[in-house]
Amino acid sequence: MAINTINNATTTPLLELKNVSRLYGKAPKQFTAVQDVSLVIHPGEFVCLLGPSGCGKSTLLRMITGLNPVSAGKVLYKGQPQASVNPHATIVFQTFALYPWLTVQQNVEVALKARGVPEAERRKKADQLLDKVGLDGFEGAYPRELSGGMRQKVGFARAMAVEPQLFCLDEPFSALDVLSAEALRGELLELWTTKSIPTEAVLMVTHNIEEAVFLADRIIVMEKDPGRVLAEVEVTLHHPRNRKDTAFQALVDKVYGLVAGRTEPEMEALGTAPGTPGQTKALPAAVFNRLAGLLETVDAEQGNEVDLYRLAEDLKLDLDDILPIVEGAEILGFATVDQGDIRLTPLGEAFATASIVARKEILAGRVMRLPIIRWIYETLQKDDNQRIAEDYFVDQLQADFGDFAKEQLDIAVDWGRYADLFAYDEGSGELFMEEDESAK
Amino acid sequence: MRRYGLALNINLPAFSAGDAFIVLIVGVVLYIGARLAFYAPAVVSGPTITLAPAALPWYALVSTGRMAIAYLFSLSFTIAYAYTAARNPRARLIMLPLLDILQSVPILSFLPVVLLSMTTILPERTGVEVAAIVLIVTSQVWNMTFSFYQSLTTIPTELLEAAAIFRLNPWLRFKTLEMPFGANGLIWNSMVSWAGGWFFLMAAESFNVGNRDFRLPGLGSYLQQAASVGDTTAILLGLGTLIVVIVLLDQLVWRPLLVWADRFKVEMSAGDAPPTSWFYDLLNRSWLMQQFARRVSHPSAERIDQRIVRFFDRRAATPSVVPAQRRRSLIAIGAGVIVVTLIGYAALQAAGMLITLPLNEWGLVLQGVFATFLRVAAALAIGLAWTIPVGVLVGSNRRAANFLQPVIQIFASIPATALFPVIVLALVGITGSLNTPAIILMLLGTQWYILFNVIAGTSALPQDLKYTTALLQIKGWARWRTLILPALFPYLITGLVTAGGGAWNASIVAEYVTFGGQTYSVTGIGAVIAEATASGNYALLLAATLALIISVVTINRIVWRRLYKVAEERYKME
Repeated sequence: MAINTINNATTTPLLELKNVSRLYGKAPKQFTAVQDVSLVIHPGEFVCLLGPSGCGKSTLLRMITGLNPVSAGKVLYKGQPQASVNPHATIVFQTFALYPWLTVQQNVEVALKARGVPEAERRKKADQLLDKVGLDGFEGAYPRELSGGMRQKVGFARAMAVEPQLFCLDEPFSALDVLSAEALRGELLELWTTKSIPTEAVLMVTHNIEEAVFLADRIIVMEKDPGRVLAEVEVTLHHPRNRKDTAFQALVDKVYGLVAGRTEPEMEALGTAPGTPGQTKALPAAVFNRLAGLLETVDAEQGNEVDLYRLAEDLKLDLDDILPIVEGAEILGFATVDQGDIRLTPLGEAFATASIVARKEILAGRVMRLPIIRWIYETLQKDDNQRIAEDYFVDQLQADFGDFAKEQLDIAVDWGRYADLFAYDEGSGELFMEEDESAK
Repeated sequence: MRRYGLALNINLPAFSAGDAFIVLIVGVVLYIGARLAFYAPAVVSGPTITLAPAALPWYALVSTGRMAIAYLFSLSFTIAYAYTAARNPRARLIMLPLLDILQSVPILSFLPVVLLSMTTILPERTGVEVAAIVLIVTSQVWNMTFSFYQSLTTIPTELLEAAAIFRLNPWLRFKTLEMPFGANGLIWNSMVSWAGGWFFLMAAESFNVGNRDFRLPGLGSYLQQAASVGDTTAILLGLGTLIVVIVLLDQLVWRPLLVWADRFKVEMSAGDAPPTSWFYDLLNRSWLMQQFARRVSHPSAERIDQRIVRFFDRRAATPSVVPAQRRRSLIAIGAGVIVVTLIGYAALQAAGMLITLPLNEWGLVLQGVFATFLRVAAALAIGLAWTIPVGVLVGSNRRAANFLQPVIQIFASIPATALFPVIVLALVGITGSLNTPAIILMLLGTQWYILFNVIAGTSALPQDLKYTTALLQIKGWARWRTLILPALFPYLITGLVTAGGGAWNASIVAEYVTFGGQTYSVTGIGAVIAEATASGNYALLLAATLALIISVVTINRIVWRRLYKVAEERYKME
């Protein structure tokens, strides 16, 4: 099915981003969500924006539709710079964004009402669209009566009602159960490939690699810290695509390799301590208990090595869930990642098979190498009472992490507590060293 | 289970520059009032209140009318204020602390100043009417505004984004998103405000000091007159009428509104049974209402919507001119400078007025604040002592709850200020002092907040925690200490904060009473304010009112907000 006209130089692009950036906050606590992104979307394309959480893909979508302003760069729609919300674009939202107090019919109609469509015409059009997505008979129902999949169908009908040229979807299937998501994916593809919607291009944000390979003509892979484009992958497989197909799986594996990256040499990966020159690397948002669970799972594999793609599948984890955990294992030196495979280091194997007490000791040695945790430990040790309010640390971390300082401290505290390095008193909000610890 | 009462903002700093500025503004407003009071008529002749039962419907009607007018003002103010605060971050810097202070300040202390200044600039009778309405508005508007502001700022981002991407104009956005999202909170707070409004209305209708009789014809003055002459029949008739009016409004207005707004609840929690209303069902099923909806209200709403859509389309078509905006911001800056200068000038004048106050009168003020503080503490302690056992009993026993809940609600709905003359009549002869009646008034006005919260907290106790406690054989005092009291803590704090505010309020009417031609008073800040009003000592009036406000705000910030924070962070069950 040759519906795509990729890189056809003769058509004007539908949408073009030129060096777009997005910053939050003011210096020195400034945070870069999206850095210097340039991309083009042509008529007839189905494009996926793919990346881990925090890579700015949703922010990018909001700049493309004009919901958020850009901090730098340009958004061109059909060659024209965009000043406000793009009237030719629409969004299907992750959480559906239906008005709970309006019926299914009213939810679709309100989009038309805002454009001044008279009542009778509104009703007719909403009826047609609800038929098309298979919701006839549910016109008078309220969203809370519907399952997640059906709610998202209302979201689709509402988006189609305004006859958009650029159809944007923001992780439309990630709040659905597996079966509903699969069914809806098929329906979206059918609407698109049979051209039963008058849409010129589709742009979908997702963190599900398989989904992107299943649907898109082109995948734009993003990375985080700061959010930017890492690579573009063309998908030339014909529809309908088969997930069991070797070419399909090879492509998924390739994208996984891109997203998970490769374990970096140690010094570069660890960064410097807060308050000292050089970049302080953020700790990945991984609860330590889950990290330990991951190590045990990989340890049970043949050769203590496993395909990340398969691992995620087995554990029923999203990319967003598994990546921070894997990254945690990497920076602690428990595992290495290469070409989409994770492999335990000897230390990782030792940890996975150790007793609870031994684990704490192994971990204590490892986390002390992380500049943030070492800095917290040493700061506490220098204090007369060995007890400091967490706000102090948050303040200090703010120079490096801005709004994410608290989150970073929480991760450091979780890991540090697990390793028995320091403790946390929730009542007073203080970090402190336990008596026996300082005696050691 | 929801808690009943004030929600303190634990994220605000203990004291900020904004707070100082707000206290300054309040001081300036009070000063202007006190300044005007110099020209207030020395003698205000009150209305003649007839105790004839035939006059009661009329009195009930005018009292309700005052409430309704005040409520409409409050509602308009709420929407405008909450919108501005939610949209404009710079305005929010002042507007939020202002809300936080004004919702916890004893508004009744404004009554004398408002009455005096209104009777100066307006004809006597009109002035008193306006003063009553101003007082009710200032008593009921803050929690409504706070609630609507919170609704506006907690709308999920994706719903707002959907509104933007589907290009809902401000009117459609208000109608389909903002109003529905805020409706439940607003209606709930309106009910609370309305109940509070009765308290203030009764106080305002029956307020008279010295030669100034500020009473207004209405149920409040009727009850006061009846108690004053000791007419038991009239007292009972008056109270009965008041209860009937309150119950009717609840059944015919508030219940149906709650049922109507139930559709706007974002999530249905299984525990809460949806509210029911026979009157709403009746209206909903009536042929006349259905026809009205189909032929009149629906088509005209549609026409209005379409017209507004066209209006906004036209406006979008005409490009806005940038220089005009710049000029507007210059005007805004200019206006701001003038306002700040005026406030500064008035603040200096106010300070000048306060300096004239002799030292011994400052002593009176301090002594008064302290005496009233003790009285408030006593009222809260008595309230806690009886409401905790009773509330826990009612909350944990479904049968007791079913039987007692409606009875408690009717008792709680009677504004304490309406009962006060009756209490004075009964007690002042026996004890010879106003001390006991004053504490009883404070208690009456406030114990219900604690009781309702204790009941709510007890019924919210998770069943598995109760089972665990039983399995562990934790009984008696240990059971209270490990299970009940910690679980009740957030509810108790909310109840006490609200009750405390109410008790301070009550001091204004409780500590000084003109009754049956005789004046009774006890040491207290309320008495100082009332006496200053009666004798025309306006510097003292200003000093006492400001002292009361500052004390209450300080206690709130130092004691209650800290406890509230502990309750939110440590004892909240979620």
